[in-house]
Amino acid sequence: MQPHSADFPARAADALTDPDLRRALTKFKTGFPVNRARAVANLPEFEALRDAAKAVKDHTLSHLDHYLEAFEARVRDSGGHVHWARDAAEARSIILRLATERDARLIAKGKSMVSEEIGLNAALEAAGIKAVETDLGEYILQIRGEVPSHIVAPALHLSKEQVAADFRRTHTHLPPDRPLDQPTDLLAEARGELRDVFLNADIGITGANFLVAETGSTIIVTNEGNGDLTQTLSRCHIVLTGIEKVVPTLADATLMLRLLARSATGQEITAYTTFSTGPRRADDPDGPREFHVVLLDNGRSALLGTEMQEVLRCIRCGACMNHCPVYHAVGGHAYGWVYPGPIGAALDPALIGVKEARHLPNASTFCGKCESVCPVKIPLPKIMHRWREVEFERRLSPPSVRQGLWAWALFAKRPRLYRLVTAIAMRVMGWMGKEGAFKSLPLAGGWTGTRDFPAPQGRTFQSLYKDRRHG
Amino acid sequence: MPPANPPKVGLLVTCLVDLFRPSVGFAAVTLLERAGCRVTVPSQSCCGQPAWNNGDRTTAEALARTMIQAFEGCDYVVAPSGSCSGMLRKHYPELFRDDPAWAARATALADRTWELTRFLTDIMGMDTAIPGFAGTVTYHDSCSGLREMGVKEQPRRLLASLPGVDLTEMQGADVCCGFGGTFCVKYPDISTHMVTEKVEAIVATGADTLLAGDLGCLMNMAGRLSRLGHDIDVRHVAEVLAGDPDTAPIGRAEG
Ligand code: SF4
Repeated sequence: MQPHSADFPARAADALTDPDLRRALTKFKTGFPVNRARAVANLPEFEALRDAAKAVKDHTLSHLDHYLEAFEARVRDSGGHVHWARDAAEARSIILRLATERDARLIAKGKSMVSEEIGLNAALEAAGIKAVETDLGEYILQIRGEVPSHIVAPALHLSKEQVAADFRRTHTHLPPDRPLDQPTDLLAEARGELRDVFLNADIGITGANFLVAETGSTIIVTNEGNGDLTQTLSRCHIVLTGIEKVVPTLADATLMLRLLARSATGQEITAYTTFSTGPRRADDPDGPREFHVVLLDNGRSALLGTEMQEVLRCIRCGACMNHCPVYHAVGGHAYGWVYPGPIGAALDPALIGVKEARHLPNASTFCGKCESVCPVKIPLPKIMHRWREVEFERRLSPPSVRQGLWAWALFAKRPRLYRLVTAIAMRVMGWMGKEGAFKSLPLAGGWTGTRDFPAPQGRTFQSLYKDRRHG
Repeated sequence: MPPANPPKVGLLVTCLVDLFRPSVGFAAVTLLERAGCRVTVPSQSCCGQPAWNNGDRTTAEALARTMIQAFEGCDYVVAPSGSCSGMLRKHYPELFRDDPAWAARATALADRTWELTRFLTDIMGMDTAIPGFAGTVTYHDSCSGLREMGVKEQPRRLLASLPGVDLTEMQGADVCCGFGGTFCVKYPDISTHMVTEKVEAIVATGADTLLAGDLGCLMNMAGRLSRLGHDIDVRHVAEVLAGDPDTAPIGRAEG
């Protein structure tokens, strides 16, 4: 997917005045967080599970090569294949090759953010291969030609009325007067449309929430069951995911699963949790004849051993964006790339470059809410902060910021000069602001455009305190 | 248990209080003295947070060194701000992680640094504030106070000790007001959206005074409240706890 993160301010401004999006976000921000809080309250050991999950992930990341190789060996033992992709282009060409070798015409797809990350659908389409998204949210977005605005609920920015209109527009073979008022109507209609895709697909592509090194299994969680149909009904199942998804054992995976659904949607467990281990065996009643796993690096391994490594603990639950006041304000599309919200602000600079993504780690108040809900305790503000340092070191910050800091530091580093200058400045400003506040101030339009600026009381504390002690 | 000897407390005034609202600094001194502390005010400029937040590590380090030296002789460092005390407590040690000598000094200082209301209650054992202010109030939890410095019930406990003060909680008191230091001018549209939602929550309480423990957040909320024409007073919680009813609210003319 082509990033548009450099346009963050303009995209955010549009988002703030889009009435449909405002309605969707208002509903969204009280949904998942309330459910999560309830789920957490019902599980007294939740905090302990967070610590345990963090430890598992930290351990795995510090031996990532070992666990990935173990995973590969187990996949091979069970008759499957592992393909390594250094970047998005390599991942695309691996999948295109697998598809063309099998003469594939139709591909069913389960939800996969990594597939968005590598822009897979466009590549398949360009090669004349039809790929159909089977997750309801993703299916809707594909019809609309949009990208996900949330990593768990990709179409949360849409209302059911908008979706009903899209279905009427595209499903023209159905009776025009059919009822589409209820979410269940929409789901049933999408199911009907997708049934043929599941049955006729040459290849099924899914993501993976976890990879298990000890068994060579891949795990997906869904609430619609579309992933199971995608991967069991086609001849060939391709799993596409990032290298950081591996955990050592099945027990570790279950620990993660206990945290994932609770953190994401507040469910105790998602409706479907599907384990895939190799292709169909001789006495299996169903399943794909081929099993391939494509493991994408795309900038991830470069984070190992750096202060940013912790971001690789992410299990993509979405809790950070569900609780983020900036995400609540602008929604996911403003971020301009696949991973929005706090995790996007911490991860995207590594994947699409600091220059393109520089706004994302800046567009945070460091309020810390994300870190407080992250199931694997990623210090998201700390990582965003580190990206700001990289930006500053590489001189990518806007001149206004650099010059402002320079001028301010000139005084701040010299306490006596600072006290003198500020004492005079505050006297002047206090006198000018006798009304109590300024409606506008030179160079402060960012503030006074929408807020009055409270005037200073007139003297500085340090000068008053000195007088009082000596007076 | 309060220490037997009066502890020597260095007041970290914070830039905003120093420049814009000295009355908060004096309220802090009054409260600390009432709690049995010996207060000193070392000569100081800024803790370096604006530089730190914008990724300018070199400037942040230089300012941090000056601050560490200025406060080294104090038993405690106390600030009427979660954000500035959080800078010393959480970020100074990070700042010097590659410089062991300064890291040790930074950590020693960090361990002695507290936000005012938490220090008064949890360290000095203060359980009653100084009467003098009366009104219905609502309290906003500033993010760094809440999540970096563990400030939540301490200011509320002190407010509850004041006979004339009646606290009504707002919806989402712990949701960010959109200030975020330079965030509010770098992303003014988003910041305005956030503070507007905050203002709605404040107004819905029917309280006549808004309180918080960080002047940046207070100026942001006061500025938006008055721009939208709401007649709600805005004060730093320390002023109310010190029984100061006379100073004009934030953004209002004296007298
Ligand atoms: S950063 Fe944490 S909260 Fe955000 S998606 Fe990843 S695991 Fe979930």
